[in-house]
Amino acid sequence: MKESFRRDPRNEWIARNRLHPLYSALQTQEASWIGPSGLVRKNPHVSGFIGPNGLKRIDRSGVQQGGGSQRSGTKAAVQLPLRIIEQPSFYIVVVPDMVNGRLSSHDKDLLGLANTLAGDEGAVVAVVFQAHKEGGFDTAGVDRLLHLQGEAFADYSPEQRVTALCALDTQLNPAHWLVPDSRTGGGELGRRLAAKLGERPATRVWQVADGQCIGRAGAGQQDMARTAPRLILAAAECADPVSDTRHEVRAIELNETLFHRVGRLDNLGAVAVDPALTPMAEAEFILSGGNGVKDWELFHQAAETLGATEGASRVAVDDGFMPRARQVGATGTWVTAQVYLAVGISGAVQHLQGIATCDKVVAINQDPACDMVKRADLAVIGDSAAILQALIERVREHRQGGMHDAA
Amino acid sequence: MMPHELLKVVALVSVGAHPVTGRPRRAEQDARAVELGLCLAGKHLHLLHAGDAESEALRGYLGMGLAEMTVLQQPLHADILPALGSYLGATDAQLVLTGSQAEIGEGSGMLPYLLAEQLDWPLVVGLAEVESVKGGVAQVLQALPRGQRRRLQVRLPFVASVDSAAPKARQSAFGPAQRGQLQSQKVAVVEDMLLSEASMQTARPRPKRLKVIKAKTGAERMRAATAKASAGGKVLTDITPEQGAEAIFALLKEEKVLR
Ligand SMILES: Cc1cc2nc3c(=O)[nH]c(=O)nc-3n(C[C@H](O)[C@H](O)[C@H](O)COP(=O)(O)OP(=O)(O)OC[C@H]3O[C@@H](n4cnc5c(N)ncnc54)[C@H](O)[C@@H]3O)c2cc1C
Ligand SMILES: Nc1ncnc2c1ncn2[C@@H]1O[C@H](COP(=O)(O)O)[C@@H](O)[C@H]1O
Repeated sequence: MKESFRRDPRNEWIARNRLHPLYSALQTQEASWIGPSGLVRKNPHVSGFIGPNGLKRIDRSGVQQGGGSQRSGTKAAVQLPLRIIEQPSFYIVVVPDMVNGRLSSHDKDLLGLANTLAGDEGAVVAVVFQAHKEGGFDTAGVDRLLHLQGEAFADYSPEQRVTALCALDTQLNPAHWLVPDSRTGGGELGRRLAAKLGERPATRVWQVADGQCIGRAGAGQQDMARTAPRLILAAAECADPVSDTRHEVRAIELNETLFHRVGRLDNLGAVAVDPALTPMAEAEFILSGGNGVKDWELFHQAAETLGATEGASRVAVDDGFMPRARQVGATGTWVTAQVYLAVGISGAVQHLQGIATCDKVVAINQDPACDMVKRADLAVIGDSAAILQALIERVREHRQGGMHDAA
Repeated sequence: MMPHELLKVVALVSVGAHPVTGRPRRAEQDARAVELGLCLAGKHLHLLHAGDAESEALRGYLGMGLAEMTVLQQPLHADILPALGSYLGATDAQLVLTGSQAEIGEGSGMLPYLLAEQLDWPLVVGLAEVESVKGGVAQVLQALPRGQRRRLQVRLPFVASVDSAAPKARQSAFGPAQRGQLQSQKVAVVEDMLLSEASMQTARPRPKRLKVIKAKTGAERMRAATAKASAGGKVLTDITPEQGAEAIFALLKEEKVLR
């Protein structure tokens, strides 16, 4: 398709102005001309056109002419090829962790492994419990999606989930089950499933190739190599995630209606733990203060109201406002928080190193150009004290609202 | 914590290996299980091991203040599960504590799961604390990642595995360790089939994952190499503190970190 021709007044102006630094770049170059000696000269750089994959092509058949000087509009986003498996000859089932309702990088590695195991014949099935926020199942490599919802699967319900997975096992008879060997649920669910199915799983697997798999054994000093069993509990980075195909994400259903035994584990809910006692490296939610915090009383109050673990930049520690153990960064603690709320921190490299693996970063800062704002997923520009005060009030209001609801 | 005198607790222990020298010792997580058992049942805690009664490393557990341990005599490459299962099924144990992963051998951490399946008891993974036991129902705390805890209610008898979130084990005293008795029992032996086909090798360091840039043209490669790590998020300028607070609050709600 030919793009519509557009005039660019600025470029035309530069092309007229011989003193402009970009003048020479904008002169139309002739493809051929008669040189001073009477010979025909050709400029090979001018002919040809840019092909669909970004390489320059010269068409010598004479059909293509003078496309060089045309301005190209914005290119459409590249559509990855769609892979459709109509009649799979076998299934590979993955049970992702879905931490916070999204595929974790560990989950994506497993889906990548599942796709190599599936080859051209098999289909990759992902089993997701309860509501999720993931929009990228297609590019992560999911051919079929079994989405299970209902009372029974709420919160922590390993026994009910295993019942559902056993039903799926009879329905699809998958060639392999892949479960992340993680502490966030997969390690437990996979082992429970293995015990129920009577399969002997390979655990902490970090490589699967040619029907053989290698996993860590014992306390980590040894590896165990064996033929790949049907159920594999794989470690993070066991394979590369899918990157160059799109998949169908066709919904499938369980044929069988499930009858749940009364669960033998009753979940009485999360227990409030004191965020001040959680080790910083493990904390889920960190409120971190830097040189831009002027009112430390207010900062501590904010941490308490939000239920966040406190952190600090080096300047705040050096100035004596926070204990050394609370320093985040290269020479402090490397944190893994899910939400890192940085108040008045400029984002020096030494500090940014320490928060590299944090999921969501929020910055409160006066300077919209600082590096922390560039790193942040959400930045609020303004005075730290005023924003913290407003945030405390907003959260209090919410807590009280919640109390009214409960009453 | 108050001792639950009436609770019959069994702790399963295995032989560990020192992380550097590889010398046999008490296993770190199993020692934590013993510690938890000592808090619950005191001197009445029952220690159980399937394996070789001659191995000196087992005395490390006796040194924590126990007079004896039962050892089900098993050769090196036996499947210990049937022996443990039938022994426990015949006792009146109400709580079986295990570590979550053995330090030598396969260390798949499957034992507590298989044992619970065989006995048809419920299983608590990552036990951190037993809060109370009333009328045959226990209220326990389960350790979650990020230092979080979850309260569960479970019917006795049950199996529970303990990981490094449980309280640290006390030191082992040499004298009591030497005086303690290892009571060995002869039981049937079932061979483990896996070990005939699997092979052990020293662990290879895993290769670091490289950042692969899939670019077709030089210009794309250049862009990928010079791009900032994150393409920037939302920046809110010229707003009142209340609006800013509202935006932050919405994000915290969405990430479910406000409790
Ligand atoms: C070898 C070495 C190791 C280091 N290791 C670490 C480390 O581990 N961790 C670490 O943190 N640092 C480390 N540093 C220090 C680091 O380089 C920076 O100096 C430090 O992180 C800066 O701290 P800051 O952002 O709090 O202060 P500043 O750089 O002074 O930033 C203050 C920020 O607050 C903003 N601000 C000011 N007033 C307000 C207000 N009223 N409201 C809102 N915003 C406001 C400003 O716009 C600015 O962005 C190290 C340095 C060296 C040389
Ligand atoms: N030979 C054994 N005797 C008693 N308990 C054992 C034995 N081997 C393993 N265990 C227990 O089972 C847990 C998990 O072991 P494993 O499944 O082998 O990783 C260990 O932490 C021990 O508590």
